[in-house]
Amino acid sequence: MYTSSFTSVLTRKASTGGIVGPREVASRLGRTRRDFLRGAAGMALGSTLVGSSPFLRGEAAAKKRKVIVITFGGGARDQETFAPEGQENIPHLLHELIPQSSFFTQVTNQGILGHYVATASLATGVYETLNNFSAVPPEHPTVFEYFRKDLKRPSSDAWVVAPSNGFNRIGESESRSYGPGLGARVILPKHLLGAATSGVATNYEHLLHDNYETPLYAPQLEGGEFELRQLETTLKLSVDDFKAHARTLSSPDELSLYIAKRLMQQQAPSLLWITMHDMDIAHSGAYSLYLDGIRRTDRLCAELWKTVQSEPEYAGNTTVLIVPDFGRDSDEDSGGNGFQHHRTGDAASRTTWMMALGAGVRQGVVYDRPVQSIDLVPSVGAMMGFSAAQSQGAPIKELL
Amino acid sequence: MLPSELKAEFFAGYPPEARSLAVANIAALQQLPLSFLPGLLRQVIDYDFKFPAERAAVEKELAKLSSLSPAQTHQWFQGFAQISLSPKLENFDWINRPAEYVEQESAYLWSTHQLDAFRKAAVEYGDRMRSALPADPLPMRRLGIAVIGQGVDSYDGAVFRKLREHGTYFGQIKPQGGLEKLLSAVSIRAKAHPIPYDHWYVDGGQAASHDPALTCISYQSLAPTRATLLKRMQTQIDRPGMGPEELRTDMARLLPSDLGMDKAGDAVLDRFQVKLLTEGSGTQIFSTTFTQWTAREALRRAQPLTLLARFAPRQRQKPMNELLSSNAGVPELDLIGSLIDAEMGSYYHWINQQRLPGFENSVFLVWFEGHSQALVVSPSLPRGTESTSAMDLGELLALAVS
Repeated sequence: MYTSSFTSVLTRKASTGGIVGPREVASRLGRTRRDFLRGAAGMALGSTLVGSSPFLRGEAAAKKRKVIVITFGGGARDQETFAPEGQENIPHLLHELIPQSSFFTQVTNQGILGHYVATASLATGVYETLNNFSAVPPEHPTVFEYFRKDLKRPSSDAWVVAPSNGFNRIGESESRSYGPGLGARVILPKHLLGAATSGVATNYEHLLHDNYETPLYAPQLEGGEFELRQLETTLKLSVDDFKAHARTLSSPDELSLYIAKRLMQQQAPSLLWITMHDMDIAHSGAYSLYLDGIRRTDRLCAELWKTVQSEPEYAGNTTVLIVPDFGRDSDEDSGGNGFQHHRTGDAASRTTWMMALGAGVRQGVVYDRPVQSIDLVPSVGAMMGFSAAQSQGAPIKELL
Repeated sequence: MLPSELKAEFFAGYPPEARSLAVANIAALQQLPLSFLPGLLRQVIDYDFKFPAERAAVEKELAKLSSLSPAQTHQWFQGFAQISLSPKLENFDWINRPAEYVEQESAYLWSTHQLDAFRKAAVEYGDRMRSALPADPLPMRRLGIAVIGQGVDSYDGAVFRKLREHGTYFGQIKPQGGLEKLLSAVSIRAKAHPIPYDHWYVDGGQAASHDPALTCISYQSLAPTRATLLKRMQTQIDRPGMGPEELRTDMARLLPSDLGMDKAGDAVLDRFQVKLLTEGSGTQIFSTTFTQWTAREALRRAQPLTLLARFAPRQRQKPMNELLSSNAGVPELDLIGSLIDAEMGSYYHWINQQRLPGFENSVFLVWFEGHSQALVVSPSLPRGTESTSAMDLGELLALAVS
């Protein structure tokens, strides 16, 4: 029978399997990803490797070191990606990027599973508790503030490219010892496009999707003049050229990648953070659109990696870290509705993966020990030579 | 206020039957922890508008809780009692606004990292209750039918991929008159066991001709309601200070009369339909999402013996503001995308059916409408196999339930 209370949504069982604990499920997810990768991409198991760190050492190397972080706002489940039936959706990740990467199969997120708050947690190394649907800054210092303050870098050296207007405060925390003036500069491509088209965005609407998590609401931002100045002074791009190129793109994430590439060419920031959101269309419940989003993200990740290799400022000295902010609900958890959301807090929704590519990374290695999403910031700190003092995560030793 | 302070008069604002139920069980309610009780009251307050299966479940649950000794109550609710709540939650009017309380409690559990502890307590509670109250035997095997791919002339990809390992694939079905045969079979079941809300027909487009004995919901028939809702949402979004949480709270309060639904209609079904549109994500704009969610909620709440869900093409993806606009003219359809949506939707239909009592004997049939491909999951048919037998849908259904 059903229990009638609201706990019932958490306790309905599928008849197709027994109950196991969340840690065991997370561990199984990790092991399964490892097995898929070893079979499909010929990856080696990291625990079998010995030897010193492959990462560059020394001050000169640290000054040249660049890090690009790509997060997915809206994870993709194994069924649609690494599992045999899902591999057709990620040909670029599977055949081009993963063989060159160190791959972490079990990254858990113990925080709030909303995209803004989870991305803020990734960026601070602390499980933030801010309101997911408010444009508020993170409470704790961000990776950008640690980077700029410790290494005395200018604001032009740390950038965030974010898809949603709600992310406009992600670059800088409220922390007293860091905070104002020490964060990253944030560029919101959709806001930029809105400013360039003076709010009359005919023929561009397909690029202006906002937060799918709350598809019925998009925060409005002021500051169109500032955005246009960014276009001309920062990106060296005329409004007409920008509009003309935007017309050739098919999604918000494509627009973000275009802006990110332009930033790399014109500003060459040492720390660049890009968040993608196309696959989060899953919240609308249309499975085919969710698959389209995954395929597009797969292609865009490969495109960015090619750009890293072809840009003189980045080739050979850049580490790229790709990590979804969290997973999505499993089909088996009766409290959710499968792929559509990430509301149950089950192991599948909390467990994701991370891929490290480029400078100093061991290629073709898979690690299945559990790490946490908040370990990202101290790991980036260790790579670049700054201290993530208030982060609650720990550096990932396999990346050091 | 804490549950121990509950008094009968506090339920004065409840609908009549809900009030009687709460007052009759007040001694049990007083013993429950605050982290749990409002969730139960959320079900009780809607008792007058619940499906029979839900009413029976609430009654049994309350009866069981009333039968527990103090020591047993302590044992059953130990996990919930250890959840720490804020003074703000304690002072909330959780008696009269339990749904809003549950939303706020959920947010609080997330932000204080107590969600896992709550999940654990909830799973343990559910297990205990299931053990204590075994399900009654069903009068007939439960049957689920999904019809997918309407309007698709040809499709090169494989269909029913997720279900194949669970059932028998039939590749030589005679599609002529398929929908009529399926609806006819459903009608026969409804006549054999004429229990209210036990036999459903859900259509993602315009409903085909069907027996009035069926509980029928269609996306098309709700077009005026959807238009009214979308207009209201647009108005609300434009209001100063309105955010997603406020919008959600506003939508959760809506009643059928707020959306212009016929006051002479079926009050239980009208409320159900409003909830489909106000609580479902994407149900307002994509018919495939609507059909999947309706099947899920009908199974979860009404626990029907028969549910036929026919998916129809959804509109092509457009910017959200255009999708929300109800005067956008004739929508362009995405036939192949809708087939893929529906294929996943049919898989979820089967999973949700398997969560119900009697799952070991239940039967599920999915058909690619107008085509020769179908699949059956039935205890009487082998799993992971293919059949080359040629038969029509009526014959296939007879085989499935044999």
